[in-house]
Amino acid sequence: MGSHVVSSWGNVIRAEHALYRLRSRFDRFPQVLPGSTVLPFGNGRSYGDSCLNAGGALLQTRSLDRFIRFDRDNGVLACEAGVLLADVLRFALPCGWFLPVVPGTAYVTVGGAIANDVHGKNHHRTGTFGGHVRRLELLRSSGERWLCSPVENSEWFAATVGGLGLTGAITWAELQLRRVPGPSMDVETVRFASLDRFFALCDESDRQFEYTVSWIDCLARGRRLGRGLLQRANHIESASRRRSGARGISVPLMSPVSLVNAATLRLFNTLHFYRRRAAHTRDVTDFRPFFFPLDRIRHWNRLYGPRGFYQYQCVLPGRSGPEVTARLLETVARSGLGSFLAVLKRFGALSSPGMLSFPREGVTVALDFPNKGPFVERLFRELDEVVGAAGGRLYPAKDGRMPGELFRSGYPQWPQFARYIDPGCSSSFWRRVTGCGRDSESA
Amino acid sequence: MRAGLRERLSGTLVIGATSAIAEATARRLAARGDPLYLVARDGERLGAVAADLAMRGSPRVGSERLDANDLTAHEGMLERAERFLGGLDRVLIAYGTLSDQKACEDSVALTLRELHTNALSVVALLTLLANRLAQRGSGTIAVISSVAGDRGRSANYVYGSAKALVTTFLSGLRQRLSRKGVAVVTLKPGFVDTPMTAAFEKGWMWAKPERVAAGIVKAMDRRAGVVYLPAFWRPIMLLIRLIPERIFRSLGF
Repeated sequence: MGSHVVSSWGNVIRAEHALYRLRSRFDRFPQVLPGSTVLPFGNGRSYGDSCLNAGGALLQTRSLDRFIRFDRDNGVLACEAGVLLADVLRFALPCGWFLPVVPGTAYVTVGGAIANDVHGKNHHRTGTFGGHVRRLELLRSSGERWLCSPVENSEWFAATVGGLGLTGAITWAELQLRRVPGPSMDVETVRFASLDRFFALCDESDRQFEYTVSWIDCLARGRRLGRGLLQRANHIESASRRRSGARGISVPLMSPVSLVNAATLRLFNTLHFYRRRAAHTRDVTDFRPFFFPLDRIRHWNRLYGPRGFYQYQCVLPGRSGPEVTARLLETVARSGLGSFLAVLKRFGALSSPGMLSFPREGVTVALDFPNKGPFVERLFRELDEVVGAAGGRLYPAKDGRMPGELFRSGYPQWPQFARYIDPGCSSSFWRRVTGCGRDSESA
Repeated sequence: MRAGLRERLSGTLVIGATSAIAEATARRLAARGDPLYLVARDGERLGAVAADLAMRGSPRVGSERLDANDLTAHEGMLERAERFLGGLDRVLIAYGTLSDQKACEDSVALTLRELHTNALSVVALLTLLANRLAQRGSGTIAVISSVAGDRGRSANYVYGSAKALVTTFLSGLRQRLSRKGVAVVTLKPGFVDTPMTAAFEKGWMWAKPERVAAGIVKAMDRRAGVVYLPAFWRPIMLLIRLIPERIFRSLGF
């Protein structure tokens, strides 16, 4: 088995891996060299090192892309773990069914969505992806196959949902879909001038709209701190006027330098903030531009150049939300390193099914930064302090650098989780944040 | 065109249906509503592929297990496929093994087995198919050969020579059957990027199975003769065939 350099979506971390794959859900777990470890790898959309296993092996699951069963009356879909969410939607929508939770890209696999217990713009209503998984099959390195569900092998289910692939390979899963009247969304966009307005808008919007999410101008400071646009939406029946879902565009080559920099960012943010003349607009759009705006630009990560980019996504729990959010945004604004994609979303109170699930009640902030080495790391450390002091945590799927202490304080259940790790599995992320497991790199 | 539509209604027999290219091709056929009869060696995977294609839109999917090297089983399989599809109009032969060249060099038995799988069993099937379709006076037979069959190279000449046999056999068969209204399509894919190599970037010469599949469906629909997939392989292979042997033998690719 040859060795290949694999990088994650952020393009910051690249490492040599031996590559294996599962061609069908009946395949056996690969036998790797003694002492080496394997990590299941779906579509590689994790940003940092949670989908990598430097010096070890990756077990590719994208070829597990078959549908197994569909109950059209009850919306129960069984499919292999490498099926993309985009494929699920393409298949289910014509029958009037939709995924109950979708993240910001449809180009993740079902297995990856489970292993990262992803969330969406409707978290305040429907919780995380894992909450809609009826059961799954876990293939262990020992060759055993276990059916796991909230009632059967429930502790293994809780470890595998949000378990970052460390409990073994998910070969297939059964999902509960939800009914929708059609592919269209009724979307309102509301401009808000400050963070206080954001929270007031959330209170109002979360009650009336299934989906809410905000974009923040993270270069704005002082009085304008936290200004942005809130989008709130529901599924509706009427057809979209604009035809969408047409062929997107692609970034064909890696940009030699990051096209996201101070100048382009200030321009973009100001234009975007005043994108619409009215402070409050309403449109009917196709679901794709609403849920997956960046999916229209293939390889958009290349815009950040060969050094790649980081995403910093945290959740600030409970009541501390408004002040801590302000402090966090103030820290970012002061650094001037501002981010292109700055997203604010209030998580609801539904508990997440996984031991290591990221979402919890509070506010989540997601920020993208081009990799500028020590400059950006200095900012991250300041942000870490704010997050840590508030009892918050960072999202492993987006992370390539959080300090081990922050992970361990943010996920106090990690020692219990560790008991469920497959002895044949490990990841760069896990070794980094826990110091556990043999470091394959030194092997 | 009218012949093409009638063929579509009676569906396609896919032999080697669990290969990545065949499965991608069958998905395109399923999505447009073609009936399918699927044949492969591995029954478990075949069942999974058949269920998936039914969900993707094929109105009727039949399947059966076959070891193509068991030549005595061919006739029965063709009989059942013809009965299931209500006629044998479109056939895609897509199976094969990528031979381990180094191992073949040390083993007569292995070399002969590879030739049997990739060439002789295909010839056996084609002989039966040709007569069935010729009798009906219509239909399309498409076979996945390879650019590797265009010229032998040290890296894979066992595989390459098997494909060369298939290519030459198809060329003659095409002439013979053209008078009977049966199209014979030789498909020559180049490097195909199977999901195995999806995680890392490859050069422009690598094509996704989906792209190759689109080319196969198009070639079958228009009853093409010899098709390179993607098409840029045609000039490349022309150049490679033109290299004088005295130079070719010292080349390292």
